[in-house]
Order: sequence, then structure tokens, then C-alpha cells
Amino acid sequence: MSEPIIRICELEKKFQSKNSEVYALQGINLDINQGDVFGIIGRSGAGKSTLVRCINMLERPTGGQVLFEGRDLCKLGDSELRKARRSMGMIFQQFNLLMQRTAIENVCFPLELVGTPREEARKRAAELLELVGLADRAGSYPSQLSGGQKQRVAIARALATNPKVLLCDEATSALDPSTTESILSLIKDINRRLGITAVIITHEMSVIEKICTHVAIISGGKIAETGPVEEVFYHPKTEAARIMVTPEALKPEKLPKERVVRIVFHGSSSLEPVIGNMILDCGKPLSILYSDIREMDGAAFGQMVLQLPDDEDACRRIYAFAKSRGLELEDMSRV
Amino acid sequence: MFDEQMIEMLCEGVIDTLYMTIASTVLSYVFGMIMGVLLVICRKDGIAPRPMVYACLDVVVNLTRSFPFLILMIAVIPFTRFVVGTTIGNNATIVPLVIAAAPFVARLIEASLLEVDAGVVEAAQSMGASTWQIISKVLLPEALPSLLNGSAVAAITILGYSAMSGAVGGGGLGKLAIMYGYNRYQTDIMFITIILLIIIVQLFQMLGNWATKRSDKRVF
Repeated sequence: MSEPIIRICELEKKFQSKNSEVYALQGINLDINQGDVFGIIGRSGAGKSTLVRCINMLERPTGGQVLFEGRDLCKLGDSELRKARRSMGMIFQQFNLLMQRTAIENVCFPLELVGTPREEARKRAAELLELVGLADRAGSYPSQLSGGQKQRVAIARALATNPKVLLCDEATSALDPSTTESILSLIKDINRRLGITAVIITHEMSVIEKICTHVAIISGGKIAETGPVEEVFYHPKTEAARIMVTPEALKPEKLPKERVVRIVFHGSSSLEPVIGNMILDCGKPLSILYSDIREMDGAAFGQMVLQLPDDEDACRRIYAFAKSRGLELEDMSRV
Repeated sequence: MFDEQMIEMLCEGVIDTLYMTIASTVLSYVFGMIMGVLLVICRKDGIAPRPMVYACLDVVVNLTRSFPFLILMIAVIPFTRFVVGTTIGNNATIVPLVIAAAPFVARLIEASLLEVDAGVVEAAQSMGASTWQIISKVLLPEALPSLLNGSAVAAITILGYSAMSGAVGGGGLGKLAIMYGYNRYQTDIMFITIILLIIIVQLFQMLGNWATKRSDKRVF
């Protein structure tokens, strides 16, 4: 595998208050590869925003390294850092658009900063607004746009300087679910079409599930666990990660004690009605306690929790059936 | 009593007052802008933190602002003579007016610039904007409506100061009010100057409100 585009080594951020030191981040190690959609999830106060702001030095780390394409950003002088920042677009929860400029002037802003001639900047900005689906609102001021539209303008603005990385700091947290969905697909689309690496900070599992390839769980200023999304979400190895990724309905006290199994779908075909066939095959009903399955390109991802029938023979057949479909049943009973 | 001579004198008073006020406001903004911007960017959480510069400026501004204008005007007489060669008349009044108003304007500008959303400044930084670019392309344009609103406040305050200067050699409506209204007990002239001052203040405020509203793209 090639060199990661962003490598974070032993990153530390310490805040000095009057008579105590608070570590916002400690011993952070992360590799983000070119083309990844990398999610960083944590509760509020876990340090995830500080972490993303350390990536482009909006927040100066107090220790460790942030390597961007092999260069340590912590060591760059002001003007070199400004240059490096142009390779990293950033979008924010509150959009942070210039309120006194129209949509297209906002997109022109980063181009003005690098001295692009006005005509050329306008042309590029118009293309970008087209890309985010807002060509018809070019002359509108932010106050005339909805939250989702503002975020689209912000995305267009972040892309103006052809960045290699897009940093998203809680970019969908101020939006309603359906707008969130459309902004996420836009980010995914940009990632696919332009090959831009995305780093997504969020407190919502669903955001990660929807578009991320990799995820890091941050808790108390440290990385609890990191890896591909399917692995971390369905087979968390650490306690902190388990607490973070376990849905409320799957907390042990909420489930029955006996004959509870979990099936994790890692992309098996979604064409076959697996559970239906399973029931037909064993001839006994079983109950679905929890299900969170998404379909992507004809494959199923997610997990389902079942309670098996009180019949040993039927259970055997269910296990055999699952095995034949390449699915693993994980026993969650507590007896 | 409203003979031609009197009317001519009042007209001249209005023109002198407008001249002093506008010239002083413009000059105050030249110096106040520099100080106000420095106060904003040099503060602890500013974009170019310089705690020492901030502390010094802060003290200078506070000191100047604690002088009552009339006393300041007398105190800076030697400086005024050095700059304009005389201590009476319109131009001589502008010197203390600017000295008194520039720190006040600096505070107004500081307050306006601090209203700009820190997130927007941060976004500009994330795009690689330099300090100067943030000042010229983010802080000042984003704060423009508030700055215009502040300029009406500044002009009206300076107008008030300029009237006071009539007591110690300044010109304009203040001089007329003191010379005729106070020293010669001509209450009618006093009354007319007050009306004229009220009209000028109203005009400044209306102009300020209009410009503020016109420049602000946030409300529709």
C-alpha cells in the first residue's frame, strides 16, 4: 500500500488552564489513505473536533506530528502552511459562509486569495456550483439559502482550490435527516468522482455507516479503535468502542436471555430473502429482535438479532442453513 | 432681527460645522481604523496575537477617552499650534477633535469587527488566507453594515464636540450659540442654532441608517 496521505503520529494537544493541564488529545496515531472516506466518531467533548482542527493546524498540536503527503505540518512556517492548507478544503457545522457575499462570490473567495484572475475565478466557481447542484442560486446571499444549500455552497468553496483532502467538521449536524442524506451522498460522490480523500467528524453512527470506508472511535482524547467500518462497528474489540457502537436496543438488559443470536451481513447478496428462507427451512417461526440492514449495490450490510425457536432440531437446521449462506450466527445468550 | 447679515452668519455657521465635523470624522476614521483593527487582531484570541501591542493600545485609548473634551482641547493647544500654526478657527478645531474622536472611533470599529463570526474567520484561515487578507476580505467587508452604523454615531458625537469648541476659539454653530445666545442673551439665535443642530444630527442618523440597511445582505 502506498504512503498514507495523512499520517498522525503521537499527536498531543494540551490546554493550559490556570493551575492544571488538560489533555484534549493524547497519543493519537492514525493513517488516512488516499481515497478513503475516513470517519472519526466520538461523543461531544471526546476531542474529535480538536483532532480535525489539528490536521490543518487551526489548532496547534502541543506534541507529535501531522504528516500531510510526508511533510510535517507542525514544522512549516506561516506562508508554507498557508500553501498546504489550500490542499485541504474544510467545511463546518455552521457553514461559515461570508454573509455579505453571494453564493458565487463565496466560491470565488479562496480563488481570490491565491490571485486567480476574476473572470477565471467566476468560471471555475460557476462550474463548482453546477457540481453541487446550485447553479441556479449563484446570485443568492447565504441568508436566502436553506441550511442544505449553504452547506453545498461551502462544499463548492472548499473544492475551489482543488484540494486533495476534504475535512468535514460535523458538517451535517445542523441539518435535518433528509438534507443530511443528500449532503452525505454529495460528499461520497465527490470522493468517488474527484478522488478526494474525506475526513468526516461526527457524533452520529448513521453518518459513518452511510459513507465511510474507515472509522476511528475517539474517546477521552484517545483513539479507542480504528479500522474498516464493518470491522469496528460489528466486531468492536475494545470496551470504549463497544459502548459507542452498540445501538440502544442491543444493550444486554434490553434483550431476552435465551437463544439470542446475531447475524452480521458483510455484503452477502441482498437478492435472497435469507431470513424468510431460514424460517421455511426450519419450519419454525423465529422473532426478529433488532435489524439494521442497508443495501448497497445489491449487497446487504448491517446486523440483525434473532431469537431462535425453543426446539433443538430447528436450531440445528438454522445454524446449518446460515453456514450454507456464508453467514455466521453469534450467540448472545446470557445463560 | 432676521436681516440678511444674520442669515448669512447662520449659513456660514452650518457650513463651518459641517466642514469641521466631516473632516474630523474622516481623519478620525483614518487613525481609528488602524487602531481598531490592531486592537482586534492583536488580542489574545485574535488572528495575530500580540498581547503587548494590545495592552499598550488599550491603555492609550482608555487614557485619551477619559479626558473631557473641553479640557483635552485646551491641553493640546501647543500641539495644535505646531500642526496648523494657530489655535483659533475651523482647522485649529479639527486637531483636538481628531485626537479626541480617533480612540472613540477605534472602540467603535473594534466592537464592529468583533461581531464578525469567529467561524468565518476560521474558515478563511482554513483556506490559507493571510492576516492582511482576513482583514481586507473578511473582517472589514463582513462588518461593513455595523461599521456604517457606527460612523453615524461617531459623526454625531464629533458634531457635539465641535459645538463645544466654540467656547475656546472654534467656529461654527457652537460659536454662534455661545457668542449670541449666551454672551448677548439672544435667545432666538440660541434657539435657531439648536434647531439647526437637531436637523444635522437627524440627517446624519438617517444617512447612517439608510447606508447600513442598504449594505447589509443578511436581512431581507
